[in-house]
Amino acid sequence: MSEEKLGFYFLVKWSIIKRNFMLAIETKNLTKEFNGLKAVDNISLEVKEGEIFGLLGPNGAGKTTTIKILATLLNPTKGEAKLWGFDILKQRDEVRNSIGIVFQEPALDNRLTGKENLDFHARLYGLDKKTRKKRIEEVLNLVELQDKANVLVINYSGGMQRRLEIARGLMHYPKILFLDEVLKTCPWVKKISQHNGIIDLNVDQGEKKIPLLMKIDQKEAGFEIKSVNLRKPTLEDVFLHFTGKTIREAEVSRIEKNKRLRPAHHPPIR
Amino acid sequence: MKSNNLQTIYVMWLREMKRFLRAKSRVISTLAMPFFFLVALGFGLKPSSSLPGMAQTKYLDFLVPGIIGMTMLFTSMFAGISVLWDKEFGFLKEILVAPVRRSVVVLGRIAGGITTALIQGILILIISLFMGFKILNPFGIILALLFMILIGIGFIGFGVAMASIMKDVQGFSSIMNLITFPIFLLSGALFPVTNLPNWLRPIILINPLTYGVDGLRASLIGFSQLSLFLDLAILLIFGLAMIILGSYLFSKTEV
Repeated sequence: MSEEKLGFYFLVKWSIIKRNFMLAIETKNLTKEFNGLKAVDNISLEVKEGEIFGLLGPNGAGKTTTIKILATLLNPTKGEAKLWGFDILKQRDEVRNSIGIVFQEPALDNRLTGKENLDFHARLYGLDKKTRKKRIEEVLNLVELQDKANVLVINYSGGMQRRLEIARGLMHYPKILFLDEVLKTCPWVKKISQHNGIIDLNVDQGEKKIPLLMKIDQKEAGFEIKSVNLRKPTLEDVFLHFTGKTIREAEVSRIEKNKRLRPAHHPPIR
Repeated sequence: MKSNNLQTIYVMWLREMKRFLRAKSRVISTLAMPFFFLVALGFGLKPSSSLPGMAQTKYLDFLVPGIIGMTMLFTSMFAGISVLWDKEFGFLKEILVAPVRRSVVVLGRIAGGITTALIQGILILIISLFMGFKILNPFGIILALLFMILIGIGFIGFGVAMASIMKDVQGFSSIMNLITFPIFLLSGALFPVTNLPNWLRPIILINPLTYGVDGLRASLIGFSQLSLFLDLAILLIFGLAMIILGSYLFSKTEV
């Protein structure tokens, strides 16, 4: 695993909980072409329940495209994928119910208040009135936006908007959470993960931890694959690790060099 | 699943209402144009004057149903095309990853758009009453509301369809200028379509708004150039076709 192969696509996995696993994400030869250009090339991966999964690669490697395919926003040109056992093409609604997602770009209605955005989401996902009320309070507390609940999102700062999106992503008790470059755009996540441990993503999820699929820029992560040595990684460790500030004693359970992805719109790096 | 569909329609409608009530400038700007047309033409051409060939009908009475049709056209197109703004601001992704049928999302958008368009159409009608417009038959108002709704459904669906195939808001103004204006001007909203040269006739006859304006005129002032039944039938077909087209293209949207 030489560092010269920086232009290659790395998939780094940490096993957080070792127990009888359910496959949270499973893809086989997933491929997406845009006008003949391969954005995602034959990617096969497995993420188990409870795992944190980082998707690493240079710009244009196809990270966001992969997330969009898994979230049923784009159809793959070839290959298949299952989320929580549901096929992304045949069981879209089940897939959509199982995932929460925070997009790379803001995706809020800024003419609504924070609470209204959450309420809109909750209704679309079919939560009943009682659950809605309880859950909105819960997730707002989680991201520390309770006193901004009735402020129009247009008046939120960029970081607050990201926090609201994290809250929204957790609103409907998803089994899998996708975070697309959230660390980069929301310093609060870093701060909170350094001081309080990780934001407690397990709010009322029972004892189950939700797997995370996140995308991190190699540069952003300040991340040297060789020096990683997590022995008993926890969510906190991984978050800390992602911030690039602290490298703890650790062990990467598996570093997988996947099939090479050719950048879609950029020339290959180096 | 059924109740979930209703919930989806409701939540799309609710969002539209909240945005509508908060966006006063938008309401004023979309109402401004029909209002100026009404005032400028209604007063400018003298309320008591009449058009050639229609001695018994005052021009204001002739004009008002046309301006109501115009209001419905512009507000509906605007509501449909607002899909583009959701695309621009990223909110569309939030809707598209939700476990709801996209055709139902379109229905919700139509429900929201119809409500805002109706409010504005009725406001124009009220303004025109102050200008001296006389409704022939109070029951005609109900029929007029039906026509307003049908015009709205058709053009919101059309707007959603256009927005679904466009990439960004750049195309918005060209749609408004190249499609909406011709539809308005060649609908008989401002003058009897019989005054136009023959070669324009086919365009007028395939223009759905022609039938909407004619139906509004029939129901409000009892004057029409086509049969009421034909007006209703064409608008129903148009509305249905646009719901299907809009839903189809919207469900193909990838972001």
